[in-house]
Amino acid sequence: MQAKTMGQRRKGLSLRGREVFSGFLFISPWIIGILLFFFLNLGQSLIFSFNHIIIDPDVGGFSLRWAGLSHYQHILFVDGSFNRELAESIFDMVINVPLIIFFSLFMAILLNRAFLGRGLVRAIFFLPVIMATSAIEGSLELIMGMMMGGVTSVPPEIMRAETGFDATSIAFMLSEFGMPSQVIDYIIEAIAMLHDVIRASGVQILIFLAALQAIPPSMYEVAQIEGATGYEAFWKITIPMVSPLILTNVIYTIVDTFVRSEVIESTRAMMFTTTTLYDGTSVMAFGQSSAMALVSSIVACIVLLFVGWLISKYVFYYN
Amino acid sequence: MTAIRAWMNSPSFDNTVQKWTGKVRDFIVGICMAIIIIGVCYIILSPVIGIVSTAFMTVEDMMNPLIFLIPQNVTLSNLDYAVTHMQYFQGRGLDDFIIPFVGFNVTEAFMGAVYGTVVYDVAEFLSGILSGALFQTLSFSVFFSAMNVVICSMVGYGFARFKFPGSNALFALVIVTIVVPVHSYMVPMFLNFRYFLGMDWNLLNTWWSMALLTATGVGLRSGLYIYIFRQFFRGLPKEIEEAAFIDGAGPLYTYTKVMMPNAIPAIVTVLLFSFVWHYNDTFYTSLLMTDSNFLSVRLMALGPTFQTVEAIWDLSLIQMVVFGGVLLVIAPILIIYLFLQRYFVEGLERSGIVG
Repeated sequence: MQAKTMGQRRKGLSLRGREVFSGFLFISPWIIGILLFFFLNLGQSLIFSFNHIIIDPDVGGFSLRWAGLSHYQHILFVDGSFNRELAESIFDMVINVPLIIFFSLFMAILLNRAFLGRGLVRAIFFLPVIMATSAIEGSLELIMGMMMGGVTSVPPEIMRAETGFDATSIAFMLSEFGMPSQVIDYIIEAIAMLHDVIRASGVQILIFLAALQAIPPSMYEVAQIEGATGYEAFWKITIPMVSPLILTNVIYTIVDTFVRSEVIESTRAMMFTTTTLYDGTSVMAFGQSSAMALVSSIVACIVLLFVGWLISKYVFYYN
Repeated sequence: MTAIRAWMNSPSFDNTVQKWTGKVRDFIVGICMAIIIIGVCYIILSPVIGIVSTAFMTVEDMMNPLIFLIPQNVTLSNLDYAVTHMQYFQGRGLDDFIIPFVGFNVTEAFMGAVYGTVVYDVAEFLSGILSGALFQTLSFSVFFSAMNVVICSMVGYGFARFKFPGSNALFALVIVTIVVPVHSYMVPMFLNFRYFLGMDWNLLNTWWSMALLTATGVGLRSGLYIYIFRQFFRGLPKEIEEAAFIDGAGPLYTYTKVMMPNAIPAIVTVLLFSFVWHYNDTFYTSLLMTDSNFLSVRLMALGPTFQTVEAIWDLSLIQMVVFGGVLLVIAPILIIYLFLQRYFVEGLERSGIVG
């Protein structure tokens, strides 16, 4: 009897209803996760940023004490390092992201041509993704100075002493040519970060490479028959066709750069420090750390939204 | 003279000039390409070369300015030191292995009865290997990448093939989880796992914290994997699925028996990336599993350990041992990469990120 009514109910449920039901069934683990571990945590993070968190070993748990806007006030106006680090991280992003995008598009176009040992080169280009961990990166900086003779990640004074290569003389030369100093600064910065840029663009190169291979060759043939030069074909075919992936890559790069930035490091370090309130209670700096994390994340999200909006105006969708 | 002038005016001259300029241009472009590609490859490979050569150097070689890259006296002492102090093969023993799983000290609870007997010694030896950093890291990465494949493919399939109210808005939330940095909510995450469900129930330093995150699709870069699977499943032709439905297969059966076997490229991609990212992870391991024996955590501590234990302040000596450690950490993943690099590179191209 029970089975029969169940069967009737199943039959009674429309095809549409069944689809909705099984759709929710498939994504149900993720719905639990996003409610329990994403939104709950994000909300708590907001609450924590307005409170002092007092760990109470006797009760087993923690209690909150209202702190108002004091954490935000402290990190933005009192503490000297946070706004500097945040500004530096954003500035690094502004320099890094265009460099990584240009470099990876350029390398993808090079790698898209047929040449001897292409498979090997592609394998090597992807190597940095395999070794991308902050545990190794710290030690890599040491070895880079040794291997490169110091063009990368070594102060100019040491570089000159070790290799006789003088970056300032090149800057001098460029400024004699009449280049604006901002451009020179950017070039010097770019050369100094060459290794970082190459290391950070493994995934982006592959994504661009796949996008290039997805462009139908007939397009180039038509362009050639119509008399377009290679230069024109690049701007009129290649760039529009890979533009959706430029958006993807820019967003990936911004997130990736932000996660490795200095401001995240200091937020992490702040989490486990202890401060003392006016009445002598010692508190873990969870509240302040939450405020730091939220402010930096909001800034990063604003950058993402702005850049995403800006680029999506120029993105061309073929289909 | 007239013959030369006649030849210069003939069309065959133009052809010859065109042919040769073309050849010269190709040659110059080829040389420029080779210079750029070889240069970039050197920049990428140089740290690996440097690390490998330094890891085998003796102190004398290190201090000798005449020696570059090729050590005169090859030694294993750096590696040996790193193996011992990173607890590479041999961990601290039973408790280290078991506590991450069950969350309390088993030795006191159960092993007290067999203390002093052979059983205890054998258990102690085996658990030593099992608690070594290499085994712990490898098993951690394998376990959670497999878990990611199961959960994220399910969620991705749900998003790809079923129309339900709010499905687009929910999928936008997946993108939000990719973009919003985990750091913005790491404090509550840490405290919630320390006092799980508001009780004095400590899930830190156990695998449970990570397992809960991964099983609910919000683990280490899970959002990205859901995105990959969703894109991939949308790219598959709908006909095979419809055929299965007509033959009377339910959604779950279709997913396990029809869709998953067709999703091998996406599975391989997610499996490999998830493995590598779990292997290299320092964020979750240093936030939720500080006491556990993971290579990345051990590597970060190796330099300071060497410095304090041996009371050595010469940077280049510390560097030698640290590079030994780095070599030990990257060696397994490099070996895996050597054999599977085709799948890494091709998988990303075919997994539907681009489509």
